[in-house]
Amino acid sequence: MVDSKQQWKAWLYLAPAIVLLLVFTVWPIINTVRMSLLENYSGLQATAGAQFQFGLGNFLKVVRYRQFTQCLKNTCILCFLTVPISTILALLIAVALNSIKFLQKGLQTIFFLPYVTNSIAIGMVFAAMFNIVGSFYGTENELIVTAGIINNVIEFFGGTHINWINYGSSYAANIFVMVVYIVWNALPFKILVLLGGLQGINKQYYEAAKVDGTPRRRVFTKITVPLLSPMLAYVVITGFIGGFKEYTSIVGIFGETMGPPDAAKRLNTMVGFIYDSLSSNSQGRASAAALILFAIILVVTLINNQVSKKRVHY
Amino acid sequence: MSDTITMKEKNIQQVSAAQKTMQILVKFFTYAFLILMALIVLFPFYWMIISSLKTLAEYRLNVPTFFPQQIMFSNYAEAFTTASLGQLFYNTMIVGVVSTLLSLVITVLSAFAFARLEFKGRDTMFGLLLATMMIPGELFTITNYATVTQLGWMNTYRVLIIPFLVSVFYIYLLRQNFMQIPNELYLAAKVDGTSDLKYLWKVMVPLSLPTLISITILKMMGSWNSYIWPRLVANDEAHRMITNGLRNAFTETSGDVNYPVQMAAVALVSAPLFLVFVFLRKYIMAGVSRSGIKG
Repeated sequence: MVDSKQQWKAWLYLAPAIVLLLVFTVWPIINTVRMSLLENYSGLQATAGAQFQFGLGNFLKVVRYRQFTQCLKNTCILCFLTVPISTILALLIAVALNSIKFLQKGLQTIFFLPYVTNSIAIGMVFAAMFNIVGSFYGTENELIVTAGIINNVIEFFGGTHINWINYGSSYAANIFVMVVYIVWNALPFKILVLLGGLQGINKQYYEAAKVDGTPRRRVFTKITVPLLSPMLAYVVITGFIGGFKEYTSIVGIFGETMGPPDAAKRLNTMVGFIYDSLSSNSQGRASAAALILFAIILVVTLINNQVSKKRVHY
Repeated sequence: MSDTITMKEKNIQQVSAAQKTMQILVKFFTYAFLILMALIVLFPFYWMIISSLKTLAEYRLNVPTFFPQQIMFSNYAEAFTTASLGQLFYNTMIVGVVSTLLSLVITVLSAFAFARLEFKGRDTMFGLLLATMMIPGELFTITNYATVTQLGWMNTYRVLIIPFLVSVFYIYLLRQNFMQIPNELYLAAKVDGTSDLKYLWKVMVPLSLPTLISITILKMMGSWNSYIWPRLVANDEAHRMITNGLRNAFTETSGDVNYPVQMAAVALVSAPLFLVFVFLRKYIMAGVSRSGIKG
C-alpha cells in the first residue's frame, strides 16, 4: 500500500535524472563501444547510409598511429612527473601549515587560490611569463625586445635565457613549462585534502612520541605518513586520473596548436587526440581511443588500490 | 657527589638550550618555506595585475618594472571591446544560472528518492550511478556531439545546459547529507499530513543548505571554466562562452603580443571567480574537501 505508493513516487522524482542519464550517459557508453567495433566508422558516412564491417581495426589503427603514440608519451611523461612532484610538495606544505598557528589561516587561503582560477586564462599568464617577446620565427633578424620575466630572473642570477615556448624551443623546455603550470594548478586540492587529513590525526600519537623523545624525521615517517596514507592514496589516484585527462592546461599555454609555432601538436595528449579524431569525423577512431583511455585509467586505479591495500593503514 | 649532580644539571640545561635553538630554527625554516611557496603561488596573479596596468612600451622594457610607472586603466576598456567581453559575460551568466537552477531541482529530487524512499532496485541503481563516475567524460562527448547535432541543438543555449544537468557526484553528495536528517522527522511530517514536496522544501532543503550552496558554487564555476564542449557545439558569436571567447580573441601566446591588454582581459575573466572565492570560501573549500571523502 504505502510501499507501492512510494514505488511510483520514487520513480517520479527520479524521472528527470533517469531520462537525461539514459540519453547523455547510458546511450553514449553503448554507442561508443559499438562505434569502436565498426571498421573506420564515420558519422558523416553513416548518415549517408554507408555500412561498416565489424572488427577490431579501429583499435589496431589507433595503437599503430604515430600521432597517438606521441600523445600517449606526452600524457605519460606529464603524469609521471607532475603527480609525484605535486604530491610531495603538497605534503611538505600541508605538514608545515599544520605545525604553525600564526598566519595559518591566511597562508591556507593563499595556497587554495589557484583552485578557483580558469585554467585557460591563467595559462595565458604563464605563457606571458615564459615568453620571449619579439621572437617569432627563429630567424637571425628577429627582434627580441625582452626575454620575459622568468628569463629576466635567470639572467639576474647569471644564467643565459632559455627559449621556453617560442619558435624553435626544445621539447624538454616545453615539458618543463607544462610541469610547472600543472603542479601549480594541482597543489590546492592536494594541500586541502592532506591538511584535512593531518588535522584529523589524534594528537595523542604526537604526545607519546614527544615523551619518548622520538626524532622529528621518525615522527614524520612512522606516524604522520602512515596515518595520512588513505588521504595520500586518494590524492595520488585522483592525480593520475586527472593527469591522464590533461588537455586544457596545454591549450592555455600553447593555444590550439598544442605546441610551439614550428612544432604544432607536439604536446598533444590523449584527450586532444580524441577531439582531433572527432573533428575529422572519425568517430570509430575517437571511440577506440576513448576506450583505451578508460582502460588505462581503470588499470591505474586498480594498481593504486592494490598498492594501497598493502601499504595504506586505516 | 654534589659535583656530579651539578655537572648533570648543566648537561640537561645545555641539552634543553640546544633543543630550544633547534626548535626556533625549525620554526624559522617552516615559515621561510611556507612564505617562499606562498610567494611562488601568488606571483602569477601579481604579474597578471601589474602587467595589465602597464603601457606596452613599459611591458617591453628590457629590465622589468615591478610596479607600473604609469597606470593604464584604459587597457581594461580596450580588452573589454577587443574580446567583446560583455556578450561573453552575458552568455555565460545565462548558461550558468539556468543550468544551476535546473540542476539543483533534479539533484534534490533524486537525492530525496535515494535517501528517503524505498523502492525496488534502489541500491543497485545507486551503485550503477556511482560506477559511471569512473568513466572519463570524453567517452560521452563523442556520442553526445552526434546526438545534439541530430536534435538540431547546435549553437543554442540548450546544448550548453541540458547534457550536463545531472551530476552523479552532486546527487551522491546531497544524498549523504539527507541521510543524516533523522527519519523520524519525515514520519512525523507524514502523520501531520504534510506532502513530500512541502517537507522537502521546509525541512530537508534548509537543513542541507551548506551542501546546496557548495553545489551551486561548483556548478557555476564549472560553467565559467568550461571550454571543450562549448567550443565543439556553440562557438558562434551569440552563444560563445567566456573561456572560449578569451582564447579566440587572443590566439597568439608567444611572440610579439600586446600583453598588457591580454592580461587585462585575463584579469577581467578571473575577477568574478576571486569575488566568489573571497565571499564564499568556506563553502567552496567544504565542497571540494568533501569530494575527498568519497575515496
